[in-house]
Amino acid sequence: MRIICWIFFCAIFLSTPIANAALEIEISGGGAQQIPIAVVPFGGAANIKDNIGEIIAADLHRSGLFRILETRGMANLPTSPSQIKYAEWVALQAQAVTVGNVESVAGGRFKVSFHLMDALKQTQLAGMDYQIAPSQMRATAHKIADIIYQKLTGQAGIFASRIAYITKTGKRYALQVADADGFNPQTVVSSNEPLISPSWSPDGTKLAYVSFEKKKPIVFVQSLTSGNRVILANYKGNNSAPAWSPDGSKLAIVLTYGANSQIYTIDSNGGGLKQITKSNAIDTEPAFSPDGNWIYFSSDRGGKPQIYKVPADGGSPSRVTFEGGYNVSPRFSPDGKSLAYIRNDGGKFRVALQDLASGQVQLLSEGSQDESPSFAPNGRVILYATKVRGRGALAAVSSDGKVRQRLNDSSGGDVREPAWGPLAN
Amino acid sequence: MKHLPNLSGKIIAVAIASIFLVACKSTPMKDKPAGVEDKSPTAATKPADSGADTSGVKEVVVDSNANNAGNNPLKDPNNILSKRNIYFDFDSDAVKAEYRPIVEAHAKYLLAHADAKMVVQGNTDERGTREYNLSLGQRRSVAVKKALNLLGVQDKQIETVSYGEEKAAVNCADEDCYQKNRRADIVYEGD
Repeated sequence: MRIICWIFFCAIFLSTPIANAALEIEISGGGAQQIPIAVVPFGGAANIKDNIGEIIAADLHRSGLFRILETRGMANLPTSPSQIKYAEWVALQAQAVTVGNVESVAGGRFKVSFHLMDALKQTQLAGMDYQIAPSQMRATAHKIADIIYQKLTGQAGIFASRIAYITKTGKRYALQVADADGFNPQTVVSSNEPLISPSWSPDGTKLAYVSFEKKKPIVFVQSLTSGNRVILANYKGNNSAPAWSPDGSKLAIVLTYGANSQIYTIDSNGGGLKQITKSNAIDTEPAFSPDGNWIYFSSDRGGKPQIYKVPADGGSPSRVTFEGGYNVSPRFSPDGKSLAYIRNDGGKFRVALQDLASGQVQLLSEGSQDESPSFAPNGRVILYATKVRGRGALAAVSSDGKVRQRLNDSSGGDVREPAWGPLAN
Repeated sequence: MKHLPNLSGKIIAVAIASIFLVACKSTPMKDKPAGVEDKSPTAATKPADSGADTSGVKEVVVDSNANNAGNNPLKDPNNILSKRNIYFDFDSDAVKAEYRPIVEAHAKYLLAHADAKMVVQGNTDERGTREYNLSLGQRRSVAVKKALNLLGVQDKQIETVSYGEEKAAVNCADEDCYQKNRRADIVYEGD
């Protein structure tokens, strides 16, 4: 499977000029039932840099749920539904065929049209036209991939969503945001002191994070579009571990004053500070449940670090994890049915996934220093930080454990602290 | 598509990305005031114009400057006050007897200088998650503060914070290396 995927990527990028670094993307495994789909190269304007068909195919392939059929060598490459000779595609076992076209229109803009056709029924499953600026080509390709994914799997697509992460290159730290496929990385904030714990506002317009720029951890909230940044919490001691409530009205944070870490909530405008946990132990890494009713957190109140939950407006905590001697960093699946966290499994720190109804736990990641699990907004994939040959890298695993991906920083830097943003609008 | 020109070399080189980015147009950095509600003189803010793209992100740079103090007993290498590191045993926040003289010297200094303010920074090794390690490091800074409290120093002169694993030597292979990371650092305001 790995070789096939590698060949797939070579085919796609063979003709692309080599840049100053190279993405090492490895995909292993795959869904048991992959949907065979032909993504026919888009017709029309030949001079655009971003090839929409290739971007769509790469998105669908990365999900592990699709088998992308080879279109090179086909005599007919249709660009509209009426040109499709369905028998040719059915002979390749295609269940669906995507055709499209890009044409120049007034004002330096482009008209992108696409159609998703059922190859057997010869009916249209989806079709859209977009009038876009040249800079929106990749984003439009991701939107189309989201529509295809949604139509054929019944679940929301995540290709147009974004990820945030921290890079450390030399002595420099940067909080960056990139498209879900790693393209288009942009720096949100950079510093010569550590940055950790990025957290997306539910509407995707802001990031909360911890910066050590004043030689201590302070929580900031920054608008992505304006760059406007405000201090959310700068109390005596540590200010860390921001986590937004599902409605975006407040955040759970961790403060210490002159003692151990304790969990507080604070309004997103910095008011209404309220202490939620009161213990002599460490209480940290809060995460709201998707219904907003609970805050799950890590605590060593029982001796070893385990995950507990407490009502979001305060109350008595109760223990959630019982297996293993070190379970931390709880993160909810978007449907609230399962909890990802980091377990120390005999000295190896791994991503675990617990079904909250049955209590059943599955170890999903294969590294030894994995941390910071973060669900994709459709719940299908968990992004996490890992180490590859001593260097920080990002990895992703499907929530059924069947599809794995790894993204390395081949410029020599460290990548860590990933956080997957909300669904694109 | 525009991207931030000063980043292209060090970007997470999720680098198929950069294959496309090299074809993009750069925008020169523009110095203009950021909407930073942070009045600290050490927080430099240099937003970059990331273009009108709806997905555009404004960059902020927040470098802190190290201050150089002049002649000062705290900096004199022959003075015990220049000793600022207290090391801990594995999984422990007990201040060991060998560090007692350092703690006592700093207590004496704080008692003699009522306006001096100390920050104790706890540290851990890199094993485990960053936020949990931040909390573990805090335990160590609190242990040093309590030792100072016992010698009469008031809380108002001490702030306990943690760097967790952020200052740790990474990829340790042996106890010698790990041991150096289990540490509390003493820093004075103005250091």
